[in-house]
Amino acid sequence: MQTDDLILAEELCSHYKVELSFISSLQQFGLIEVTSVEEAAYVPQRELQKLEQIARLHYDLDINLEGIDAISHLLDRIKSMQSEITFLKNRLSMYERR
Amino acid sequence: MEFVDYYKILGIDKSASDSDIKSAYRKLARKYHPDLNPNDKEAHKKFQHINEANEVLSDPEKRKKYDKYGKDWEHGEEYEKARQQQQSRQQQYNYGDYNFAGSDDDGNFSDFFSSMFGRSEGGRKGKQAKFRGEDYNAELRLTLTQAYTTHQQTLTVNGKKIRITIPAGVENGQVIKLKGHGGAGLNGGPAGDLYITFVIEEHPTIKRSGNDLYTTLDIDLYTAVLGGEVTVDTLSGKVKLKVSPETQNGTKIRLKGKGFPVYKQEGQFGDLYVTYTVKIPTNLTERQKELFRELATP
Repeated sequence: MQTDDLILAEELCSHYKVELSFISSLQQFGLIEVTSVEEAAYVPQRELQKLEQIARLHYDLDINLEGIDAISHLLDRIKSMQSEITFLKNRLSMYERR
Repeated sequence: MEFVDYYKILGIDKSASDSDIKSAYRKLARKYHPDLNPNDKEAHKKFQHINEANEVLSDPEKRKKYDKYGKDWEHGEEYEKARQQQQSRQQQYNYGDYNFAGSDDDGNFSDFFSSMFGRSEGGRKGKQAKFRGEDYNAELRLTLTQAYTTHQQTLTVNGKKIRITIPAGVENGQVIKLKGHGGAGLNGGPAGDLYITFVIEEHPTIKRSGNDLYTTLDIDLYTAVLGGEVTVDTLSGKVKLKVSPETQNGTKIRLKGKGFPVYKQEGQFGDLYVTYTVKIPTNLTERQKELFRELATP
């Protein structure tokens, strides 16, 4: 069974210097998962990498959340296509070696 | 060390206003940002150049200095001072068969920038003042047998030892990211990442396709005709196989679960396909030839 380490959203906000409303917006857009425990918002640790990436895109590049949502989908597609290319390259090389 | 034309990098002219610079930087940064170009070294390099250009041109003091010495930078006193301190920062990290090629020259600032402004002189304020460290790329060669089992390896990167666990089932060309093991960040920016690309060497007798393995096995004519038992080498040891009577040349059999482990799916394996190659006997005696002739007579 997978165990999730939860981090208090407020702590993340002070660490990354972002507003709590930013994390709420990300949750509303379905970009990151946020869990509520006794009325406090928590972010699972596994979401941190994604949160950092989104914060960079939003604050450094001035991309709005709609744009980030679209980018996330495209990056997922790139990732899956890259795995498929690797698989196909390896399969092709098997026949080329014969 | 070459003169770096920061205006050209940002695609603006010398009379560009602050907002022109900001807008040109944003536009190019969106195009080449590492988050938007995963595993693209060229884009990463371009992004660093764009950052450097923005670092200089968005700061009035630095821009003034750059405009003053710009083309005649070789005669600038800053350059003279810095030239004496100039050192080659080429680094090579070697560990056994693994080569890590890295160079600070490809890092966050060009030599030109360092000579004019010094490496530690970060000037931007707020979030953009932070520079993420350089990502390192490394290649790790594994034999098919090594990739078959989960094992640990110690790598030396930039003088630091990193112990990594390589899960069974890694694929040729697969890249894993070790967060924070790249170059150090600047101005409090995060460290870069280390990307390791696995190169799985060819096995002399076993081929891999995804999680399935393929091998060929020579069997003699008599075993093919009459049936018998043969032994095949797999990555997990020898396996005995029963050959059915009247087995044809090129017959393929599947050994379920004797293939490659599925990456990060403990206990799951692909299949092993064995293709029989029937070997025709040679150097037959007269008696053997006679017997074959008898068999061939209808």
